[in-house]
Amino acid sequence: MQMGRMRAGAVAWLQAAPMALVLLVFLVAPIVMIAIVSFWRATEFSIIPAFEFDNYEFLFGSPVTYRVFLNTFKYALITWAFTFVIGFTVAYFLAFHVRTLTWQIALFLLCTIPFWTSNIIRMISWIPFLGRNGIANSALISWGVIDEPLDWLLFSDFAVILAFVHLYTLFMVVPIFNTMMRIDKSLIEAARDAGANGVQILWNVIVPLCKPGIMIGSIFVITLVMGDFITVRFMSGSQSANVGRLISNDIALLQYPSAAATAVVLLGTVLIVIAIMLRFVDIRKEL
Amino acid sequence: MEPRSRSFYVLAAIFALFLLFLYGPTLTIGILSFQGEGGGLTFPMRGTSLHWFRDLFEQQAVGDIWGSFRRSFALGLMVMVTTVVVSVMGGLAFRKRFYGSNVLFYLIITSLVIPSILISLGVGLMFSQSGLTVHWATSGFGAQLTWTLPFGLLIMFAVFNRFDKSYEEAARDLGATPWQTLRHVVLPIIAPSLIGVALFGFTLSYDEFARTLLTAGSYNTLPLEIYGMTTNVTTPVLYALGTLTTVFSLLMIGVFLCVTWFATRRRAAKGSDAGSGLV
Repeated sequence: MQMGRMRAGAVAWLQAAPMALVLLVFLVAPIVMIAIVSFWRATEFSIIPAFEFDNYEFLFGSPVTYRVFLNTFKYALITWAFTFVIGFTVAYFLAFHVRTLTWQIALFLLCTIPFWTSNIIRMISWIPFLGRNGIANSALISWGVIDEPLDWLLFSDFAVILAFVHLYTLFMVVPIFNTMMRIDKSLIEAARDAGANGVQILWNVIVPLCKPGIMIGSIFVITLVMGDFITVRFMSGSQSANVGRLISNDIALLQYPSAAATAVVLLGTVLIVIAIMLRFVDIRKEL
Repeated sequence: MEPRSRSFYVLAAIFALFLLFLYGPTLTIGILSFQGEGGGLTFPMRGTSLHWFRDLFEQQAVGDIWGSFRRSFALGLMVMVTTVVVSVMGGLAFRKRFYGSNVLFYLIITSLVIPSILISLGVGLMFSQSGLTVHWATSGFGAQLTWTLPFGLLIMFAVFNRFDKSYEEAARDLGATPWQTLRHVVLPIIAPSLIGVALFGFTLSYDEFARTLLTAGSYNTLPLEIYGMTTNVTTPVLYALGTLTTVFSLLMIGVFLCVTWFATRRRAAKGSDAGSGLV
């Protein structure tokens, strides 16, 4: 018996080994590397091993850092609010108002297909819509709502948030839909028989039962937005900054140690946010 | 059936708007990529033409698009196969208790939530400092796996959580070895889900940008090439390329979905051989 269990353990180890190996080489080692380099020194064209806290001192001493971190949280929070409301509504419609499984799967797939296409193309595709002579401006002018084209549609915080919501709402829809599909329909009938109205059922039965899905979706959206650099750069026309852009700017200037220090702080921030959110949900149980 | 409530129509309208929001912009550039020769990046259309698509096939007009497409395609296949194999093995491992499984699980979650630019920067630094050259097929490949493997493993969790263990017990009772059980019982049952893992592996790799940015080396993958174009190309050729690669993605998704559908149907039709053993 003891032997058998040991063998099962060994088999499990072998099966997990490739995944562990990939993660050690391409996840753990790079993080360690970044942590080490964050203490190095940089000249204009090379980086020199050292152990000094200058990069962190500069980072925490600069008011830009705080502004950029604040901006990052702002993007995360606003995007989260929009993706949650839209994602929940869409998932609710699919789970409770579409009646046959075939239609549910078909409409669900329709929602997920854009996820499998290129994010960059999806960002580019907002240009003809939001541009100065774009569809939105021409429509508003022809309706007489505005006289002059609006400048803040493209290359602004508005465009950044719009692109985030466009790209990431799906990450809310999928987990929330998944938990909704597992809600026992008899619970809802019980609530209705007990005299609850639609809003009460939604608020007191469905939302609490969807909490794990909401949490998983929120983790996805918040981490994706906090770690992003490309959407902010492209959609703001390089006018706004978040932490990811701070890092990528340093990289472009070959200031790797300072990029690494910022990256360490960003990773720490993201992990703290996740740790707080994970207190509310056991991911493995929910899949 | 009871009649539809009023909230159904309201929600259906919201859902339709959501779909319009999802697909509208992509359809717009699809239309604009047929822009006439003198046309610009926005409406109105100045006639229709295939000019911008033709431009794509001329080597000098834009960068090395076809080379980058070939690389992205090859890399996508590499990542796809690796993701499927490693995820299935990992999924099987996690069905048992093993020492360190919690650590591995948290690593997977970290891999999923870590800002992509950290992987890019870390892998890039690691390679350059140890004297290796970054190349899309080595460092780029590994960096992309940190994005596809978590999805693969999480799908496997979902699959095995719903897996009926009595099939395996039946196989074992009939004298099958663990390998035979896996090969003839478990794998055929989970096969349609594996196609899903493959779809994730391929498309996530094919479209990956952030994790490949500093790890692809001197030869660009397609998303990197497109990103480069956004800064210096201001003609609808950008839309033409976007339309082509989106159509390609859609074709791949269609292929994967069809295969899944057939696999599921085949399994439903031939899954039971009850009674066929009787004379």
